[in-house]
Amino acid sequence: MNEMKFSKKHEWIKLDGDSATIGITKHAAEMLGDIVFVELPENGSSVEKDGNAGVVESTKAASDIYTPVSGQIIECNQSIVDDPSKVNSDPENDAWFFKLKIKDKSELNSLMNKEEYDKFAKEN
Amino acid sequence: MEIQKTALYEYHKNLGAKFVPFAGYQMPVQYTAGIIEEHKLTRSKAGLFDVSHMGQLFAEGGSELSIELEKIIPIDLKKINLNQSKYSFLINDTGGIYDDLIVTKVKKGFSIILNAARKENDYKIIKKALGDKFKLKLYKELSLIALQGPKAEEILENLIKGVSLLKFMNGNSFSYNGNEIYITRSGYTGEDGFEISLSNKIVESFAKILLSKGAQPIGLGARDTLRLEAGLCLYGHDINETTTPIEANLKWAISKRRREEGGFLGYKIIKSNINGHLSRLRVGIKPSGKIIAREGTKIFSLDENVIGLITSGTFGPSVNGSIAMGYVKYDFAKPGTNILLEVRGKKYQASVIKLPFYKKKYVR
Repeated sequence: MNEMKFSKKHEWIKLDGDSATIGITKHAAEMLGDIVFVELPENGSSVEKDGNAGVVESTKAASDIYTPVSGQIIECNQSIVDDPSKVNSDPENDAWFFKLKIKDKSELNSLMNKEEYDKFAKEN
Repeated sequence: MEIQKTALYEYHKNLGAKFVPFAGYQMPVQYTAGIIEEHKLTRSKAGLFDVSHMGQLFAEGGSELSIELEKIIPIDLKKINLNQSKYSFLINDTGGIYDDLIVTKVKKGFSIILNAARKENDYKIIKKALGDKFKLKLYKELSLIALQGPKAEEILENLIKGVSLLKFMNGNSFSYNGNEIYITRSGYTGEDGFEISLSNKIVESFAKILLSKGAQPIGLGARDTLRLEAGLCLYGHDINETTTPIEANLKWAISKRRREEGGFLGYKIIKSNINGHLSRLRVGIKPSGKIIAREGTKIFSLDENVIGLITSGTFGPSVNGSIAMGYVKYDFAKPGTNILLEVRGKKYQASVIKLPFYKKKYVR
């Protein structure tokens, strides 16, 4: 599976073997407005599905970032910490948030595909 | 109460505004450019703001009115010149601030601009203080727009001859297509600019002309980052009924004669503040990293005792970094003092700095 999957909390996840890359959707970035601060989880830390895995702040407010699946953080994208505006310009590609080693692949089953997410985002 | 709309609601909608409820009004927080871009456009060109939610109060009367108003507003209303504006406060009996406002001396009395969330309450307080002797009216048929930025003068002078002659914090009546409009050289962004009071009937067409001459529509989001960079207070956040103007570091907004003579509500406390009985002071705060310290963030001394609270904090697009203001214990108010800010359970280094974060020269 190379296609992206999406969570109801507006994160995307892209699988690569046993690990996955996670970021926030274009829709989420647009809703948040200009992003000026990013805090990412610590390398090596364990995160639980739908649990807290970072913070983004716009000029107006702070918002928590959640992980759509459980696992252990193996890499964080320092470039979005250094330049948070990248999250607005390229949220679903270069501005990924972190990579993790997936604990339980069955957790992916509850996520949406692109078509389902687009419909969900429109309604929410 | 049903949410209200300004006369420019459809104009905002057509420009792609994102709306938020603010002080009972549906207001544009940003347009399609976004807060950071709108902020920068105001600093580099000219931004157009709808501030029609603010109260436009007129009090009619002569020197007797000045005497009565001086009991609740601590500025020198005897010395104010015709068409001159002054920043001041509606003060309460403990020296706290009911509202911050701009008073302008006009031909028949005074025009007072009030905060949206406070205007109804202010009206009651002023009405009670003045009694029935003076005519008092909160104008709902007038809109208020602000044109701010280095290109504001050129754009407005093109439409209305003579506005370029206005000095900072001075105004006058002008005529536009047979309509009387009142313009002051003032604003709340740290830029040169104008505030234009005009009929609800012509505000949309006037705003559209300003846009066609190069002004950019700017929402309340950028208004907030602009005023914070300029070190200006937001009522209900940086000042309220429990903060005195002296604690808020706004002593300059109480006229010298009034500071010495008193004769206004809360003077005892304010005088004592001035004489050095001051436990806290509003200061500028610069976090050392990118961390943003929002309203309510606790401030600590380096030995980790609580010494104050952040009242406003955001990202300043022109200073390209995190900025904040808050109250600290008086001993920690000196610029250069190192402090700690607690955000999401972790402490971050910051320092007290002299306001404003961003400074521009005004036309005087």
